Amino acid sequence: MSLAPGTTLAESPTPPVRVTRSRRPLRWSIPLVAAVVIVLAALPYVVYSGTTDVLVNFFILVTMASMWNLLAGYAGLVSVGQQAFIGLGAYIVLLLGLHAVNPFAAVPLAAIGCGVLALPISLLVMRLRGGYFAIATWVVADSCEQLVARSQTLGGGTGAGVAGFAGANPTLLSANTYWVALAVTVVALLAVYLVLRSRLGLVLTAVRDNETGARSLGTRVTRAKRAVYLVAGAGCGAAGALLAASQRFVQPGSVFSVQWSAEMIFVTVIGGIGTIEGPIVGAAVFFILQQTLSQYGAWYLIILGVVAIAVAIWTPRGLWGFVSRRVHIRLFPVGYWVRAPGAGAAARHGEAEAGTGSDPGAPSAPPPDG
Amino acid sequence: MTWVNAVVQGVLLGGLFALFACGLSLLFGTMRVINLAHGDLAVVAAFLAVEIVPVTHLPALLSFVIVVPIFLALGYVGQRTLIQTSLDRGAFTVLLVTFGLSVVIENMLLEVFSANSRSINIGSLVSKSIHVNAQISIAYLSLGIFVVAVVVLLGLQYFLSRSSMGRMIRAVADDQEASQLVGIDHRHVFGIAAAIAFATVALAGLAFGMYSSFAPTAGQERLIYAFEAVVIGGLGSLWGTLVGGIILGVAQTVGGQIDPSLQILAGNLVFLAVIAFRPEGIFKGRVEA
Repeated sequence: MSLAPGTTLAESPTPPVRVTRSRRPLRWSIPLVAAVVIVLAALPYVVYSGTTDVLVNFFILVTMASMWNLLAGYAGLVSVGQQAFIGLGAYIVLLLGLHAVNPFAAVPLAAIGCGVLALPISLLVMRLRGGYFAIATWVVADSCEQLVARSQTLGGGTGAGVAGFAGANPTLLSANTYWVALAVTVVALLAVYLVLRSRLGLVLTAVRDNETGARSLGTRVTRAKRAVYLVAGAGCGAAGALLAASQRFVQPGSVFSVQWSAEMIFVTVIGGIGTIEGPIVGAAVFFILQQTLSQYGAWYLIILGVVAIAVAIWTPRGLWGFVSRRVHIRLFPVGYWVRAPGAGAAARHGEAEAGTGSDPGAPSAPPPDG
Repeated sequence: MTWVNAVVQGVLLGGLFALFACGLSLLFGTMRVINLAHGDLAVVAAFLAVEIVPVTHLPALLSFVIVVPIFLALGYVGQRTLIQTSLDRGAFTVLLVTFGLSVVIENMLLEVFSANSRSINIGSLVSKSIHVNAQISIAYLSLGIFVVAVVVLLGLQYFLSRSSMGRMIRAVADDQEASQLVGIDHRHVFGIAAAIAFATVALAGLAFGMYSSFAPTAGQERLIYAFEAVVIGGLGSLWGTLVGGIILGVAQTVGGQIDPSLQILAGNLVFLAVIAFRPEGIFKGRVEA
């Protein structure tokens, strides 16, 4: 019976049970994350703009992979059409630029716009499930591209430059782009973290573990999934807006390319699906490989694709899952750990059982061994 | 009259879409998974015809003699190894793995064969057609592809309803555990279904390569069209797939007649309208395969 560990806890001679967010106290994790953010924020004063320009692409990758991870790793929605929001976000920046809105100021507006657009799209695509949902999102992205390319004010099929950068100091512009990208990434990660720690996160965990069971307890499963879809739409919209602001040119074939989905999926799968840290680790691996193999064309993508396939089959928890299972580090604790003081074997068992909640993996992943 | 011609061409194009779709439909019907590399496999078949078949001095029209057996084997082996291993982990993993495969195949083709378009050279046949009247002419090739699609669908229908392997495929599709109880090796059955699905993909890829020129990146939209045909027609119905393909084909050619840039969008919009208003498809999905 699934009640067994809880029952053992109640019967144990030391009833006061402490529930914490992580197995080890996290005294160092908040200062560590804060220190990393401060160092990154100071970078434009230390390194040349070439380095920060490269890092902007890294931040875009982390942002969109985190959004795909939220969708697939927590809500079980495998989308191959998130490029719809990348493209729409980029085009919102372009459109607002035509109305003299500063591209950086347009980034949050693009995120909000994409979150709003995600609602009608979700009503359509969430009628389908599994693989059908996946391809339907792709069709939506394809349709968005076709629609946008018809607008001559937005540059048609050949695209257009983003207005509003004229006369700016290149070094300052580069630094501003970097800071905005860093801010978007931090906000996106914080949003994912807060979503997962909230009631919504609890609902998602319940759905992932047993959807039928969660539904029978009155959980509003569809509403939770839709909420995640909207957040992911807004996040990818912000990533697309960053792309437009950093490349200063928007072309439909490139911003709506399915390549973005490939990158999000490979990064998340390799890093560790269903963990907040996973997409960051995966993005680092992806980025290093991409930079190293940049003169060999698309081979980096082929290698990453093969690695992602192998990881999905043999170690579905990815790199971060592999590491964190051994050393029990959680930079972003989103689950609950139950600890009973003076723990015997039974209490440890209880801890592990509750720990499944804090140890999210792919919906298909086997439960972690205690 | 040009509109009538657009509809006629759309119906014929629908045959090609249905040929693409039936493999997708068969795999989904038996294993409840979608192969996201479906379109790229078709492009691989077309590349085989362009690159390997000329070596054998076989006429291009007969390239299926070489390509289809390769794909039969590829389907069976691919299913018994990669797809089955992912399937054991769950449908979620199959999606990730086949999407990964799709990206890997496409980029490999790009690296090996460059981004240039090419086509399967079938000589003068490509331009021969029946002139019905001044506006309407039916190309032999389009008609031939349509006939092949109908023959493949008839053959699949007959195979699934009459042969003992077809019965086993339907049994596994209906209830995998019960079929195992009566002694069916579901992995072998999945392998056979995948082999057949891959063979139809190869035929579709060859037909596509003769019908129009193709680049390594052509696979993605082939997958989308196949999927749209399946959903418009209704999940799990082979004849629905043909009707779905025809509706999609007509939507595209009529859309293209209004404005050439509308062609793909018109097809997508019909598909989105179907999932908005009739998500079970035009034909209510009887699970036949």
